[in-house]
Amino acid sequence: MTSTLTSTDRYQAAYQERIAVGDQFSALREKAYRRFESVGFPVARKGNERWKYTNIAPIARAEYQISITADSSPTIDEIRSQLPFGDTWQTIAFVDGIFSEGLSTVGDGRPGVSIERLSATDSPLTSELGSIAQVDEDDGFGALNTAVFADGAVILLNGEIDAESPVHVLFVTTERSQPTMTSPRVLVIAEKFSKAVLIESHIGLESGVQFSNAVTEVAVGEGASLSHYRILEKGHESFHIGTTRVRQEKDSSYTSVSFAFGARIGRDDLHVLLDGPGSECTLNGLYMTSASDHLDNHISLTHAKPHATSKQLYKGILTGKSKAVFSGQVLVEKDAQKTYAVQRDMNLLLSDGAEVDTKPSLLIYADDVQCFHGAAAGEVDEDAIFYMLSRGLDRETASRILITAYADEIINHVETESLRAHLRKSVDKLLPVFHF
Amino acid sequence: MTTGPTISRETDLSDSTYKWGFVTDVETDIAPKGVNEDIVRLISSKKDEPEWLLEWRLKSLDHWVKMAEAQGEPEWANLKFPQIDYQDMYYYAAPVASEAPKSLDEVDPEMLEAFEKLGIPLHEREKLAGVAVDAVFDSVSVATTFQDKLEELGVIFCSFNDAVRNHPDLIKKYLGSVVPYSDNFYAALNSAVFSDGSFAYVPPGVRCPIELMTYFRINTEGTGQFERTLIIADKGAYVSYLEGCTAPIRKTSQLHAAVVELVCLDDAEIKYSTLQNWYPGDKNGQGGVFNFVTKRGAARGVNSKISWTQVETGSAITWKYPSVLLQGDNSVGEFYSVALTNNYQQADTGTKMTHIGKNTKSTIVAKGISAGHGQNTYRGQVKIMPSAEGASNYTQCDSLLIGDECGAHTIPYIEVGNPTAHMEHEASTSKVSDDQLFYCLQRGLSEEDAHHMIITGWSREVFKELPFEFAMEASQLLKVSLEGAVG
Repeated sequence: MTSTLTSTDRYQAAYQERIAVGDQFSALREKAYRRFESVGFPVARKGNERWKYTNIAPIARAEYQISITADSSPTIDEIRSQLPFGDTWQTIAFVDGIFSEGLSTVGDGRPGVSIERLSATDSPLTSELGSIAQVDEDDGFGALNTAVFADGAVILLNGEIDAESPVHVLFVTTERSQPTMTSPRVLVIAEKFSKAVLIESHIGLESGVQFSNAVTEVAVGEGASLSHYRILEKGHESFHIGTTRVRQEKDSSYTSVSFAFGARIGRDDLHVLLDGPGSECTLNGLYMTSASDHLDNHISLTHAKPHATSKQLYKGILTGKSKAVFSGQVLVEKDAQKTYAVQRDMNLLLSDGAEVDTKPSLLIYADDVQCFHGAAAGEVDEDAIFYMLSRGLDRETASRILITAYADEIINHVETESLRAHLRKSVDKLLPVFHF
Repeated sequence: MTTGPTISRETDLSDSTYKWGFVTDVETDIAPKGVNEDIVRLISSKKDEPEWLLEWRLKSLDHWVKMAEAQGEPEWANLKFPQIDYQDMYYYAAPVASEAPKSLDEVDPEMLEAFEKLGIPLHEREKLAGVAVDAVFDSVSVATTFQDKLEELGVIFCSFNDAVRNHPDLIKKYLGSVVPYSDNFYAALNSAVFSDGSFAYVPPGVRCPIELMTYFRINTEGTGQFERTLIIADKGAYVSYLEGCTAPIRKTSQLHAAVVELVCLDDAEIKYSTLQNWYPGDKNGQGGVFNFVTKRGAARGVNSKISWTQVETGSAITWKYPSVLLQGDNSVGEFYSVALTNNYQQADTGTKMTHIGKNTKSTIVAKGISAGHGQNTYRGQVKIMPSAEGASNYTQCDSLLIGDECGAHTIPYIEVGNPTAHMEHEASTSKVSDDQLFYCLQRGLSEEDAHHMIITGWSREVFKELPFEFAMEASQLLKVSLEGAVG
């Protein structure tokens, strides 16, 4: 590819390349590409409530290299310390979009789980691809991913795996000579009455521009229980658009805990459809923005069936000239009587120039419901600081204790001990940039 | 309020519980349908307006036409309504009167009877009630009571047209200074074709001793009502202003697009209360007023305060966001609202608090009640600019659902750009508690009375902000508006 190609040409070439390779997704890719051609990226934001606070023009403007061949992929020993990692985890890893043998630890034949690559599977499960994250959404990002993704993971959970041996899907991007786009794709099927912990991480080791446009689809079957820990840790120049679509059946339980630690523009667009009575959903998140990062949590929940419960708690810590967006919507459909829904977003603003825009909305069409939401923003509690100063702590230590405790409320939702350790380290790493 | 003899009424709609639905036979002076430069010039010349005002109207019209061509009505609100044909509507309808009435005796007796039926204290005896009323009938102000007493204090309270004639400097200085004609689609239309409205100016240091009140009524069929209100509280002044609105029962929908501008200088306070009871349409959603109103106050001065209180029970469609620009340091903005939607009513209402000055403070208490097929949306923005050191906001939005066909929605937009700001938002949605209902029922109350009592109690945080008589009336309005929604 020469540098005279426009972005559109590049997307088209990548799509045609996928079609030429020919896989079981060709029909879906064709539909997706047509959709992408017609809607494109949501650059025009006027009147577009979904993108009111996030300008993706820099993402649309940049030109990316899309098809790459594996070059010296780092070994686990080189980058292990920078990754969430556990000896007992089952990891499937992709480096710059390409499956990494060296980082992956799958295939030890543990019961209750099957992990395969999307590019090398004949599993009938792949027919589910595109059924939860539909290609005809408004934004175009999901459609583009579907049209051009080269590889990804398909995960079947059909037993019980404990929190200390989670499944880990890892997408790493590394420093490259020019901006590169990757399209991580994950399909997760949690079968009836299964119970599992899944970690999905998007880690950027680069300092230049990288764009990862990810789509994750999750089906949680009847009575199944799935904890999904999601980590976004990108460079200050990189872009990440993550589209996660979850469908829950009767009496299922889904818990998402999301950690967003940075990106120049990062968006976590999560939608959960509570499509079975008695289902339960907990969505928690911690976002920390620094420098001129922009992180957008776009969370929406649809209560389609009665007797379902949802709980959301998102917390933000902002510093530098960064900006965070929280947009959480709870939609209670007419038939979803006896719904209980709570939604809360809290923000700590630690510097002049940081800004948070939060929009927690409730749309309710059923009457026998209890729904609440709350949002708050402020600085570190002066009274608490004063107390600690009076006990002889210095101001920085006092603030650190308070902020760490504030972040811990979310981290403590993670059952996997080895992951909690990594998360605390990430929080600590970001803390020194806070000035008191 | 008592129901007097019906003056004239469309009998096929007489089953409605809307008791303000009479039509008064008053000779009206109507301009041809449609809006264009000629109509704007006609309205302006009918009012004997100065050249600069006509120019402002024409600029507004120009802007509106451009907006109408480019994108039309704003579509972001959670409202569904048929296409409005802006050319199939009268933009000017005034009761015929050869000269402005000098006293109440000269006002058309039928109109007086109409107002009496509405319970407006227009007569001399009403001086006891301590309310000065400016009644606006199809956008033209017909009489203003209590002038003499206000004049003694230097308070100007008159119709907008009189103000243009007698106080052009004030109008020129403040008109469009809070809501520019380019603000939004409906404000642009209003700025082009507004026919009258109310004007109040309270001079420095004066505490207006009585409540000022404007009464709005649409009478002529097929008219749009476009009034403008401008209230200025000079340094250290205080004024409490009340606004009531009704319309006759009509099978077709009517458009109301008003603009209200408030200006508050140093240490001044304006308290603005509204009882909005435009005809809501019948049980099947036929007819009713489309209410698209732009209300905004500028708390410009240091320590100034603007407080909006509204009880919205009428209108088929309500699109209204009384806002405060908190420009002065230590300025305060408040918004208290009860909005009710029954049958097929739709409301998308809330407020906008824009914190600019230091230590500015805003409070929002919004209560939404949905019944029947009503759709009720709270949409509010709290914006804390980087300059608003130490700003604080408290927002509470509660929604109540009665019946399983209605909807209640809460959409706040919170933008915080200063780390020293404190912002809290709480919202809840539920139905009337079964336990509370059970208690009332077993004490012998009917289901309807029980609902009324519980809802009035639930709304008390807003009602207590209203002047006493208004609060009584508001409670009654809720009761009437909810008739048939329970049981």
